[in-house]
Amino acid sequence: MGNSISLRIKQAYIVKKQRPVNLELNTIKFPPSAISSILHRVTGVAMFFALLFVIWAWAVSVSSPEGFADVQAIMNGFLGKFVAIGTASALTYHILGGLRHVVMDLGHWEELESGNLSAKAVIALWIILTVVLGVALC
Amino acid sequence: MLTNQASMKRNGVQDYVSLRTTAAIIFAYSVFMAWFFITTDNLTFIEWRGLFSGLAMKVFTLAALIAIMIHVRIGLWQVLTDYVKSSGLRATLQYVLNLIAFGYVAVGLFVLWGV
Repeated sequence: MGNSISLRIKQAYIVKKQRPVNLELNTIKFPPSAISSILHRVTGVAMFFALLFVIWAWAVSVSSPEGFADVQAIMNGFLGKFVAIGTASALTYHILGGLRHVVMDLGHWEELESGNLSAKAVIALWIILTVVLGVALC
Repeated sequence: MLTNQASMKRNGVQDYVSLRTTAAIIFAYSVFMAWFFITTDNLTFIEWRGLFSGLAMKVFTLAALIAIMIHVRIGLWQVLTDYVKSSGLRATLQYVLNLIAFGYVAVGLFVLWGV
């Protein structure tokens, strides 16, 4: 009993001592699946706050012809276009990432290689669709 | 399960199912609105207001807003538990953010009421 405890302490000490330390941040790279995961979170949180603008614009534009004209003027300006393209782009990524999650729920793309490949595909498709969106809305 | 629902206690399975069912509703609403904007040239006030005056669209819009509230409750909780370590600050942030999410539904209800 006492022997095994001292052995465990000894092992823990060895593990602690031999643990590799890597603080060279420029050598650490996120795999595509990690970038995909972070993007899913960032776009989700961003859309939550974008809804403040979207719901305000919707409420005002639907309430009266004057409100509609005001919102139309904002949407034709830089700020309106920036928010519209940004929100639509975030939604696009969140949907693509969500669909990738559905595929993973069904048991596919869960291996290291396929997971990273699907993450790369989703990010590439998102960039293409964002460019299309930007051209269409500008 | 019934007592769980009544006491607003959650578990992983419930969150898993809620997140996906609400995502499906929001996805359907997003596709519908994208289709509306793509197929409508020179949107007028009459058309825009008319879109939301039908009962089916009111139900769809409110369902989407409620789905967003539930989706965001789970999603923001997932993000906050990972990045905000202080439980007091996390509880405060969750309270404020959930209140905003509820506000979205409340505002939506009043807007739809008046259209």
